[in-house]
Amino acid sequence: MRVLLIGVAVLLGGSLLSLLPLSRESKSSVIYGGCFATCLVLSAMALVGVAGDASSAVLPLGLPWLGAHFHLDALAAVFLVIVNLGGAAASFYALGYGAHEHEPMRVLPFYPAFLAGMNLVILAADAYSFLFSWELMSLASWALVMAHHRDAGTTRAGYVYLMMASFGTFALLLAFGFLAGPGGAFAFDAITQHVLSPGVGAIVLALAFIGAGSKAGLVPLHVWLPLAHPAAPSHVSALMSGVMTKVAVYAFIRIVFELMGAPAWWWGLPALLLGGITAALGVLYALMETDIKRILAYSTIENIGIIFAALGLALAFKAAGMGDAGALAVTAALFHAANHMLFKSTLFFGAGTIIVATGEQDVERLGGLIHRMPISSSAFLIAALAISSLPPFNGFASEWLVFQGILVSPHLPRMALKLLVPAVGVLLALSAALAAACFVRAFGAAYLGRARTAAAAAAREADVWSVSSMVVCATLCLLTGIFPGAVIDWMQPAAVALVGGRMPPQLDIAWFSIAPVSASRSSYNGFLIFVFLVLAASFAAWVVHRVASRAMRRAPFWDCGYPGAGPIAQYSATSLAQPIRRVFATVAFDAHEQVDMPLPGDQRPATIHRFMRDPVWEFAYAPVAAGVGWMARWMNRLQFLTIRRYLSAVFVTLILLLLVLAIWG
Amino acid sequence: MSAFSLDVAHMFAGGLVLVSFMMLYQDRLFPLINALSLHSFLLALSVAWQAHIQNTPDLYVTALISIGFKTLAVPMALRRMVEKMGLHREIEAAVRTGLTMLVGIGLVGLSMDLMLRVTAGASVLVREDIALALSVVLLGLLIMVTRRNAISQVIGFMSLENGLILAGTGARGMPLVVEISVAFSVLIAFIVIGIFLFRIRERFDTVDVRALDSFRGERR
Amino acid sequence: MGVMSALLLQLGQVGLVLLVAPAVSGMIRKMKARLQRRIGPPVLQPYRDLRRLIGKDVVLADNTSWFFRMAPYLIFAATWVAAALVPTFQTGLMFSWSGDMIAIVALLGVARFLQAAAAIDTGTSFGGIGASREVMIASLAEPAMIMVTFTVALVAGSSQLSTIAEFMLHSVGLRVSLGMALVALVIVALAENARIPVDNPATHLELTMVHEAMVLEYSGRHLAMIELAGSLRLLLYISLIACIFFPVGLVVSGAGFLAYAAALGAYGMKLVIASVFLATFEMSIAKMRVFRVPSLLGIALMLGLLGTLLLFISEGM
Repeated sequence: MRVLLIGVAVLLGGSLLSLLPLSRESKSSVIYGGCFATCLVLSAMALVGVAGDASSAVLPLGLPWLGAHFHLDALAAVFLVIVNLGGAAASFYALGYGAHEHEPMRVLPFYPAFLAGMNLVILAADAYSFLFSWELMSLASWALVMAHHRDAGTTRAGYVYLMMASFGTFALLLAFGFLAGPGGAFAFDAITQHVLSPGVGAIVLALAFIGAGSKAGLVPLHVWLPLAHPAAPSHVSALMSGVMTKVAVYAFIRIVFELMGAPAWWWGLPALLLGGITAALGVLYALMETDIKRILAYSTIENIGIIFAALGLALAFKAAGMGDAGALAVTAALFHAANHMLFKSTLFFGAGTIIVATGEQDVERLGGLIHRMPISSSAFLIAALAISSLPPFNGFASEWLVFQGILVSPHLPRMALKLLVPAVGVLLALSAALAAACFVRAFGAAYLGRARTAAAAAAREADVWSVSSMVVCATLCLLTGIFPGAVIDWMQPAAVALVGGRMPPQLDIAWFSIAPVSASRSSYNGFLIFVFLVLAASFAAWVVHRVASRAMRRAPFWDCGYPGAGPIAQYSATSLAQPIRRVFATVAFDAHEQVDMPLPGDQRPATIHRFMRDPVWEFAYAPVAAGVGWMARWMNRLQFLTIRRYLSAVFVTLILLLLVLAIWG
Repeated sequence: MSAFSLDVAHMFAGGLVLVSFMMLYQDRLFPLINALSLHSFLLALSVAWQAHIQNTPDLYVTALISIGFKTLAVPMALRRMVEKMGLHREIEAAVRTGLTMLVGIGLVGLSMDLMLRVTAGASVLVREDIALALSVVLLGLLIMVTRRNAISQVIGFMSLENGLILAGTGARGMPLVVEISVAFSVLIAFIVIGIFLFRIRERFDTVDVRALDSFRGERR
Repeated sequence: MGVMSALLLQLGQVGLVLLVAPAVSGMIRKMKARLQRRIGPPVLQPYRDLRRLIGKDVVLADNTSWFFRMAPYLIFAATWVAAALVPTFQTGLMFSWSGDMIAIVALLGVARFLQAAAAIDTGTSFGGIGASREVMIASLAEPAMIMVTFTVALVAGSSQLSTIAEFMLHSVGLRVSLGMALVALVIVALAENARIPVDNPATHLELTMVHEAMVLEYSGRHLAMIELAGSLRLLLYISLIACIFFPVGLVVSGAGFLAYAAALGAYGMKLVIASVFLATFEMSIAKMRVFRVPSLLGIALMLGLLGTLLLFISEGM
């Protein structure tokens, strides 16, 4: 425990270090190097800490009668590993990437503070230090979002982010207020003793959804995410998408699974529904985008949806007293959270190398990078396969666990849940298939084909730091994909603490298989699948090369007899999404096209216009914005009153408050 | 009651729901009428099976009515009507098919959740029949709501009525009198609708029910 | 039974699917030709085609990368592994537990991902058109497939194909849900194998093509790999349908020589019957417009979902 807190203090100290008068390069490498080392130590500690005993500490900080409680248990340890592995990878990447920063002083002081904030949220064991750390995390990340403040759109992103972050914190504040009750016992230990009435439980649940969900990017609270995540520098984007959203998931788990006590049967419903909708809508949004970082940000929303759906399932199982099934679902959620950190970091690192190499982030202006960036493109490909939940990578292993959880759901006692869960399963399967489409498109448009612009044609492979960070993350994607049993076993203490059941030990099963319930029911063996794939492919290649001619000629492409079309005539990212847009987005986003095709002989150029509307923005946010505008106009009158009126307003308020006190006090 | 007879009853009743979905999906008139035939035929089979396992011979009469009247007579009449009026074979749906199907699935889920809870004490056969029958009724209503063409509304109405009969047979058999009176009322409704159709057609030169709206001055 | 014989049986299955796959494609082609009153190529023609393709030089489009050259082998490997996981003549083979139905669907997804990406790598418009349509079709076929899995797993209590087959072999009454799952699976199989009415395997130079547009720039041994993967995928779906819905004749393991011979014979018969059905079906139906396909797959999805809902009724008692 002490070492962990010292590590966090070191990170906070790093922020101050950046203020020292050092040269730009040395400062950058000292800070990123230090962050890398600290994160590595912290994650190693936490990796061991999952199975170890819980430990806690109270520091004389914060509220004088409360102190600052910190606590490390299995759940916190799992998330500490996610945070610090992601932090280590991002810091290592930044050792190379950070050199391209134009104004490093807008990044360096906030980066270690951001890492420290995330660590503290997870370690915090009372409401006060939790919210304080939460705000530290939010504000540090806001400052990082604003790093490129001169770019178009960044200020709007920062503004929307700040709004949503304050709103979310406010909801959490209220939630903790309800949890603590009138006695005001803010330490988590005391909160768990306090039993909530059903009505208050419903309110706290809603507040937890708003508070944690807005940070995680749950639809319809996701609007800030695709604006803010891409605006930050790429290593920070990776942290925000891969790690900070997981901290929000942690907050949700901590509040709903632990602090709120025993769940009612319907608590799982909103999580399941919102999760399924978030997954499907998130990836559909991603498919409509062409900015690579926005594609990745929207895909984060999709993965958060998957995690929340699994958590909803776990809640339903827990409420029904099915501890082992609940452990399966909660493990699936935690595993997917860890996996998403790995592959989303790789993908954002890849986006960063693309931006450094070409200066472009619109995939419509890229293409053919695989020739010039072979290593980073392979890492990107692996991460893309993993995020599309394809075997033998880790994304499939966790998604498979989610589906196994869904397959257990018919044993739930409630008919409403029984009927809903398969529908959520359809949404998850849909989002997995759409994610594959999305990443075929993103990978294909950026790395494959022919270069669409001169900048893309002149790209060069990124520096050693960036590339090796990507390669390590991609390798981890493969390793956790072929040995999922190790990760599952490692997570079990957390599952036991949360739902009171556990999955059968996986490492005892022969050949590294995983069997969530029992081997006769269902099992999956990523290791063997990987070995079989490698064997089959090399066997095929060997036979073919033994028997066949090895000759190979290069020739212009054939394209059904339409040669000579320039690179701009390739299928673009927008056209790759066209069939899906026609099938799904006409329903979801009211998408339609207007084609103006001139008659033969007419000299006008043909045009096509696409129209799309964001239903969430139009129905949820635009009315609120309009309402706020109206309120502001109305309140504006207050600015032009006489002193006497102001004084009387103060006086009336005072009297009113006293009256309230007199009635309820 | 043996598991096999339950399975068969379940199969027929489930088949009815499935055919309701086929109707919901179908956007051409003649296949829609054929689907109605199939629907009624399945109903007849289901009712006959119930008669067999419940030992209630009067249900055979219901099955016969269903075969003779709704499987053969009504569809034939509808077909003639379509030919006589030279209607377009394609129906204009008011709501997108995909969306309608989703709503339909939701309705089936809803009726199952409701009915299985309401009928908690009853026998397996009854619970199952009533849950599926409510789905068929709701789907019939959905067909009527989502179609603009008067003929397809008639078909939706007929399938709704089939659902009612399914519910009735499940509940230990409807008295024959009730059944016959229902059949007659449907017949009368059919005749009324038929006349009504021809009248619309004469007056507005279409069977699109939107014509009525504009006549009443509601829209536009 | 010793480890050696178990391993041999497993290898036998792996080899069997590879050897039989082109013959099934050839058989369907022949039957279709006969139904059209043509003589048609011999049943073994696909093998000759493969040999010819393997012998030819590869002509690569100028722009294509290493990914384009690696993809055919990986596509083939993923499809082969998936096909070998479906029980053909025996359940419970040595490695049959290394993947369940969901894993098989996902392995086919790997092949599709690589195929679509390789099509984009050509940098042509036809490659893109094929890839974009393929992923659209998959985005509907995959949820439908998951629903089918769910229905079947709910009945059999397992998503493991061997267990499902053994369950179906013994005790299943009449289940309308299973009928729905069967229809849904057939629709998915038609879509995934690029058969009529979703796609036409025999077409070229047509704006409606999907699968063929993706492999347009492949030649020589690469094309051979992709063609073989295509045959394997068709065989996989036939075996899958046979193993779930018609498991008659499957050996449960540890049976005598005669039982194995009978099982192989039964498997052969199933392949022939499936080919007859497929050929007749393809003959009697027209290809759909691309944007009609989603409603077809929507039906499959709906059937899967409805099947599950109906199961809850009978299971909920």
